[in-house]
Amino acid sequence: MKTEHLIAANDFCMYHQVEYTFINSLKDAGLVQITFINETTYIPESELQKLEKMIRLHNELEINIPGIEAITHLLEKIEQLQEDTQGLKNRLRMYEAD
Amino acid sequence: MAFIDYYQTLGVAKNASEKDIKNAYRKLARKYHPDLNPNNTEANKKFQQLNEANEVLSDPEKRKKYDQYGENWQHGEEYERAQQQARQQGRQQYSYGGQGGGFEDFEGGNFGGEDFSDFFQSMFGQRSGGSGRQAKYRGQDYNAELHLDLKEVSETHKKTLTVNGKNIRITIPAGIENGQTIKIKGHGGPGTNGGPAGDLYIKFLVADDPRFKRNGSDLYNTVKLDLYTAVLGGEITADTLTGKVKVKVKPETQNGTKVKLKGKGLPVYKKENEFGDLYLTYEIQIPVNLTERQKKLFEELAKS
Repeated sequence: MKTEHLIAANDFCMYHQVEYTFINSLKDAGLVQITFINETTYIPESELQKLEKMIRLHNELEINIPGIEAITHLLEKIEQLQEDTQGLKNRLRMYEAD
Repeated sequence: MAFIDYYQTLGVAKNASEKDIKNAYRKLARKYHPDLNPNNTEANKKFQQLNEANEVLSDPEKRKKYDQYGENWQHGEEYERAQQQARQQGRQQYSYGGQGGGFEDFEGGNFGGEDFSDFFQSMFGQRSGGSGRQAKYRGQDYNAELHLDLKEVSETHKKTLTVNGKNIRITIPAGIENGQTIKIKGHGGPGTNGGPAGDLYIKFLVADDPRFKRNGSDLYNTVKLDLYTAVLGGEITADTLTGKVKVKVKPETQNGTKVKLKGKGLPVYKKENEFGDLYLTYEIQIPVNLTERQKKLFEELAKS
């Protein structure tokens, strides 16, 4: 069975100096997943990087939640397109003359 | 060390208001922020320059000093001394209560300003906490390229890289694709003012192999087949990445026929015990320099 490391949301918020409501709003927008155990909120380790990036966008660039949502979707699309392009380039190498 | 025009960096006029500077910085930061430009070294560099320009121009004291010395910043201390002397003389002569000089306000801080230019550090010393309103910035992302050959891709192995004097041991999973990038969190440039460190992105570049072409985990190779084996069938020895294998050739094999050697391709990325296939394409060789007898035999064949 795979073990999932969890970080208490309170600790996370204190460390990053963000309001819990911000994380909750990101959760409501479907941008991050959080876990509840015995009425305590935890953030799965796998979500940390994504969440920290959203906090930076919010704090450093003053981007609100709908903006973060749009950016996240666009970045995912860009990443997918870049992967597709690289895949096509690799396939093209097969047909290139030796 | 070249003079840096921070106004030009932010695209504002020399008389720009604090609000103009803030807006210009915000606008450009949104364009070049590392989170919005992953794996883009140029954007990361630009963002660093914006931060530096903003650090100076958004702080009234630093801006004043920057404006005061401008392109003559290298002679700033001489200028400052001359100014102080003049003021002292002024006080002696006219009891004039001049203002205190500014250099010491900027120096002596101990924040890591290593991401800022030499120009910045020369003028302002290490970044100081003087203004008390410095933002935390995430460190710069580093990008590195690692060249591999196909043989190295065929097995999971470990490599030690040295990045900025630090040794990082990484595991390269078998089957990694050409152009694939992996991120090593926190191994980029240090953050400023307590911000998190950036990440290290390693892009793998897999060199073309002289024998095999690759498509994902499948490999392709062209094998020369003599006419007689193609017609009558037989056995050949074919190269794979891990050695040679014997392959049966069916009688009456046509030129361009493809055969699949199951599981003889590359390991599938991050899937244990799963392998791609190796496809062999037969290229039938027509015999040359035939003897008279051979020619006759072919003529007979042609008539039959």
